[in-house]
Amino acid sequence: MPRRLGKFAFIGAVLMLVLTACGGPDEGGGGGGGGAAQGTGPITFVAGKDTSGKYPAVIKKWNDAHPDQQVKLLELPEAADAQRSAFVTNLQAKSDTYDVMGIDVVWTAEFAKSGWLLALDESQFPLDQMLKPAVDTGRFEGKLWAMSYDTNGGLLFYRKDILDKAGKQPPKTFDELKALCPVAQQNNMDCYAGQFAKYEGLTVNFAEAVQAAGGELMTDNGTKAALGGPAVQGLSFLADGFKNGTMPKPAITYKEEEGRRSFMSGKLLFLRNWPYVYGLAAESDPANKVKGKVGIAPLPGFTGAGSSSLGGLNLAVSAFSKKQGTAVEFVKFATNQENAKEMVGLTGNAPAWTALYDDPELVKKFPFLPTLKEGMQTAKPRPVTPYYQEVTTAIQEDAYAALQGQKTPDQAINDLTTKLNQIGSQG
Amino acid sequence: MTVATETVRPGRVRKRGGPVQTSEGQRAEARLALWLLLPAGIVLAVIIAYPVVRALWLSLNSDARFGTSEFVGLDNYIRAFTGSGAEAFWQAFWFTTQLTIVTMFFELVIGFGMALIMNKAFMGRGLVRASVLVPWAIPTAVAARLWEWNFQPDGVVNQVFGTNIIWTAGHWSSFWAIVVADVWKTAPFIALLVLAGLQIIPSEVYEAAKVDGATALQSFRRITLPLVKSAVVVAVLFRMLDVLRIFDLPFILTNGANQTETLSTLSYKESIQQLHPGYGSALSTITFVYIILAAFLVNSLARADVVKAQGGR
Repeated sequence: MPRRLGKFAFIGAVLMLVLTACGGPDEGGGGGGGGAAQGTGPITFVAGKDTSGKYPAVIKKWNDAHPDQQVKLLELPEAADAQRSAFVTNLQAKSDTYDVMGIDVVWTAEFAKSGWLLALDESQFPLDQMLKPAVDTGRFEGKLWAMSYDTNGGLLFYRKDILDKAGKQPPKTFDELKALCPVAQQNNMDCYAGQFAKYEGLTVNFAEAVQAAGGELMTDNGTKAALGGPAVQGLSFLADGFKNGTMPKPAITYKEEEGRRSFMSGKLLFLRNWPYVYGLAAESDPANKVKGKVGIAPLPGFTGAGSSSLGGLNLAVSAFSKKQGTAVEFVKFATNQENAKEMVGLTGNAPAWTALYDDPELVKKFPFLPTLKEGMQTAKPRPVTPYYQEVTTAIQEDAYAALQGQKTPDQAINDLTTKLNQIGSQG
Repeated sequence: MTVATETVRPGRVRKRGGPVQTSEGQRAEARLALWLLLPAGIVLAVIIAYPVVRALWLSLNSDARFGTSEFVGLDNYIRAFTGSGAEAFWQAFWFTTQLTIVTMFFELVIGFGMALIMNKAFMGRGLVRASVLVPWAIPTAVAARLWEWNFQPDGVVNQVFGTNIIWTAGHWSSFWAIVVADVWKTAPFIALLVLAGLQIIPSEVYEAAKVDGATALQSFRRITLPLVKSAVVVAVLFRMLDVLRIFDLPFILTNGANQTETLSTLSYKESIQQLHPGYGSALSTITFVYIILAAFLVNSLARADVVKAQGGR
């Protein structure tokens, strides 16, 4: 009996050793220097699930022109968390299976600092023809690590019919917006809503409020809190809004879709949301009570125009790819103006190319583009920090507490400053 | 029980202790057994032992995102119990515990009721049985989305009751929203298990009780309850294990807002979202141990109770 047990234990131990060796602790990655990208051949392009069918066309065009450097598309799950953990697992193992990666703008700094990305040569991209804020989402510590594929900014949707009837102009500032709330009241509507549930959308809306007051969230490559007075002013607007009825009470549970439904059922005068609402609000649908009654404006600020947070997708080249030459060429190809135009035509997503916002063909199809361009000039990336996930969690915690009235805006910003500095100073 | 073991043991000893030298045939058989068991052993090692051991090991290491992680002993556990993570951890711990007790109470009462109804012979019993089980057949994530809609400010719940509550905006309203959704979904599960227990009670026992003049309440307390008890214990154990690691409902309904984080959502957020494998593993390990202890406690309580009841007779 003991001998048999010993045998089992031995086999078990060997197995354990083999397994731990496979998934052993990983050292911080190297790689990612400047240098010319080398190596050509077939590559894999990895991105989240392609829900709008935008990749096949561009990949086919590339493949037809480069028979010896075929691009294969590998789709990851649609949910951002699942995508990120797939990337992280793969890159921590220094696998060379991912060559070109479509990454969420907010992951760029984290991946770059981990040594997972190849720094791109800026001179190879016509950056001066692109929106600076969109390009900046790919910058970290003075280098360009990823190229903007598509971007996304917030818009203020309003009920044009109701403002016209009241003889009013759409608001340019938060004060003007507040002054228009009685109009909403007279029409038995809620006044203003954005995304205020405790999730990523709250970070976006908080950042926009802070930027509207001329502030920003983090500095020093995302290692120190900036916040300060503008943050208190921005958060106070949101928190007071819930107290004085600018925002309806249920808006504390609103994500994108809840707010959109309220707006499209005719119960909301002003809505901060992404451009996708425009298309839906123009559709004939029994649930859509606002067809032909919707106007759009750039986000309001405190003294002038507001400032949108940026969403979107960046293309980056893996530091562990063995075909970086092809990978970089493909990034250049996929993000060039011609392909960007096709992508916008297919999806209605905002491009990085400035000229496309005034392209007559596109504007005809997506009339919100010129307004979006106006907002894009002042837009800012969400904090470019290697600790993005921790930063956004901390923001959601304190901003939500302020909106719920559990902390004063002053207190919330104080607490948040401490937390962000702590997060930024870790190893 | 002790008597039984004593009578069995000598027989076994004699069988084994017979010839001291094992024959070649027996050894070959043992070797064959080893080889036959090996695949199962490997599968178990890969899918159970390895992750558990690896999580334990990770939980003893620091989370350096951009450097090398080091062995830090019990630091991660201390952080959860008394350190910087204590507030979030104990909130999740107590919330999960409260949720478990309250949902199990309602599920048991309602599930039992459903089982009693389904056990009666009446017209359309098949239909009732099938429809009672519908919520159980719906995947939890789908059910969570459904209740998310129901509990919206302009959702069904407020419409039906004429209330104006923003369910997911407060701690206790969120708590009850989760309880309602969970009970709705899993009371049928309890009902199913209890029904199985009820159906093995022979009808003669009830008839005898009737002849003896027992009231319905008496036969329920003296016959149904004791005889269905083991089925109930199993149901309670299953449900307890499930609710202690509840994830989908709070994750979708509240995303942890207003202190509604549970042990599982907290572990997920730390290990997957924040990429803190060390601290996240410590949290999962604590959850794991807590669930084992709770299951053990319930099991031994129930068994002691059964033994006492039998001894009393």
